[in-house]
Amino acid sequence: MSDVLNVRDLRMRYGRTDVLRGVTFAARRGEVVALLGPNGAGKTTTIEILEGFRMRSAGEVAVLGTDPAHGGEAWRARTGVVLQSWRDHGRWQVRELLAHLGRYYAPYSTAAVRRPWDADDLIETVGLTGQARTRIRNLSGGQRRRLDVAIGIVGRPELLFLDEPTAGFDPEARRDFHDLVHRLTDLDQTTILLTTHDLDEAERLADRILILAGGTIIADGSADELSRQLATQSEVRWSRDGQRFVHAADDATAFVRELFRQYGESVEDLEVRRASLEDTYMTLVRQAEHGTPRALTAVAA
Amino acid sequence: MTPELTAARAGLARGWIEFRQTLTTPADLMTIAIVTGGLLVAMIWTRGTSVPGTHFSLGTTMLVSVLGLNIGVNGLATMGGLLAAEREDGTLLRAKAIPNGMLGYLIGKVVGVSGQMIFAVATTLITGIILFSGLSVASAGAWLTLAWVVVLGLLATLPLGAVLGSLFPSARSAGLMTLLLAAIAAISGIFYPITHLPVFLRWTGQVFPMYWLGLGMRSALLPNALAAVEIGHSWRHLATFGVLSAWAVAGLVLAPLVLRRMARRESGSNVAARREKAMKRL
Repeated sequence: MSDVLNVRDLRMRYGRTDVLRGVTFAARRGEVVALLGPNGAGKTTTIEILEGFRMRSAGEVAVLGTDPAHGGEAWRARTGVVLQSWRDHGRWQVRELLAHLGRYYAPYSTAAVRRPWDADDLIETVGLTGQARTRIRNLSGGQRRRLDVAIGIVGRPELLFLDEPTAGFDPEARRDFHDLVHRLTDLDQTTILLTTHDLDEAERLADRILILAGGTIIADGSADELSRQLATQSEVRWSRDGQRFVHAADDATAFVRELFRQYGESVEDLEVRRASLEDTYMTLVRQAEHGTPRALTAVAA
Repeated sequence: MTPELTAARAGLARGWIEFRQTLTTPADLMTIAIVTGGLLVAMIWTRGTSVPGTHFSLGTTMLVSVLGLNIGVNGLATMGGLLAAEREDGTLLRAKAIPNGMLGYLIGKVVGVSGQMIFAVATTLITGIILFSGLSVASAGAWLTLAWVVVLGLLATLPLGAVLGSLFPSARSAGLMTLLLAAIAAISGIFYPITHLPVFLRWTGQVFPMYWLGLGMRSALLPNALAAVEIGHSWRHLATFGVLSAWAVAGLVLAPLVLRRMARRESGSNVAARREKAMKRL
């Protein structure tokens, strides 16, 4: 089965600045992929190229088997974009708007995918039943974001784009939003591509994390795989004769064995900690941004 | 049903919903009431004054000309302003993200703004019939002329308004358009016969659709004898038809090109950047 997303050597240049210098990745059906990276790494540029909202400079891109630069309306009907609302459609009622936007998808309904999503059913799914007849400008920030998601999925997309979905959220709104995304991925075999600069969010939501820094993908794998691949060093702390010691070790077990062999019972307060994924992420990003070689050095902070 | 037809029907529904929203939003109704009320005060004030060279009420003439102004302002400023504002707030991007959404959006805008325009013309006309005497509303010919001037007025102004709306960089700068329109209205013979303007301004006024919309309305609703105070002592139906058609053709040719260019440029980061800029101004 072909990939839902297939990106090969994607490049983007604004004037003399290379924002993307050869991005390559793919996503399978039903996968939730997070594009993680610091601000300005090119996440938004990448997702906008895949959405068909921005022209690329070079490279091959296939989204649902079609080049998004030439994606027609039938292709558009199979994708969903969650946009950050601001004050658009402020006078519309929640149900009114969802029912209206759903109409455009009706001709693209197939036996396998019934389009659009029934408005009442959708409103319940995103938890806005109590606000169905509320004018949109009277919704709270969190409610608006749920509406944004509802608009993104009203056409039952096979592929959903979420660009920085929780930027500016308080912790509670963020958790609600994560729950909603989990519910979506359970319901359908929807493929989701989301961008975030929050490692914690990527870990919570994504099956696979792509780290974008300096215009290329510098790491690709599940959160577990990334920790195992990248966080190879551990930090060992102990004290002896009232003095504190810290050491970064590649093989912590061997190091500790040697430590006890040499000093035996005078070793106290022993602590062994594997470098967290966050430490690793920060190191990788810093290296990519400053152009230092991609070797994992000095992970222990 | 084809997807395009579905979108077109959704667009009609969208226009109707938005027109209804205008009529149920107190702030909008208030604006309409203030503008219409202000103009009515001016008309009543000048009701006793005569159009120079006649014994006909200047206020009544103004009322009829204001019907033309209604068409011009709604078609150009309302259409252009809404387009600029809705590009800024992301409405347009939402339309772009759904299949045939732009088609539905534009049809919705045309229907919604036309509705507002016809509402403005109808309320002004009905108030006029009640408060002013001397309008020739009894003949079928009057209504026929009124009808073609309104239809041609829609065609001449809406596409042009859409073009202007796409060219202005922000909703704020689109506000300049209203000022410009006020200046054009001042030299279009809406409030006072154009024949009393300096020759240079008289010619400038005749370039824009506003003058011809006012003239067309006067030809429909005022006694024929009043043609004597117009340029060339005639209602100049042929010229009215010609100039308004020329603007309609220009607008209909330009609008798809300009709108397509504008739509192509829309993306989430553009909307976010504009939002940031607008927030800083607050």
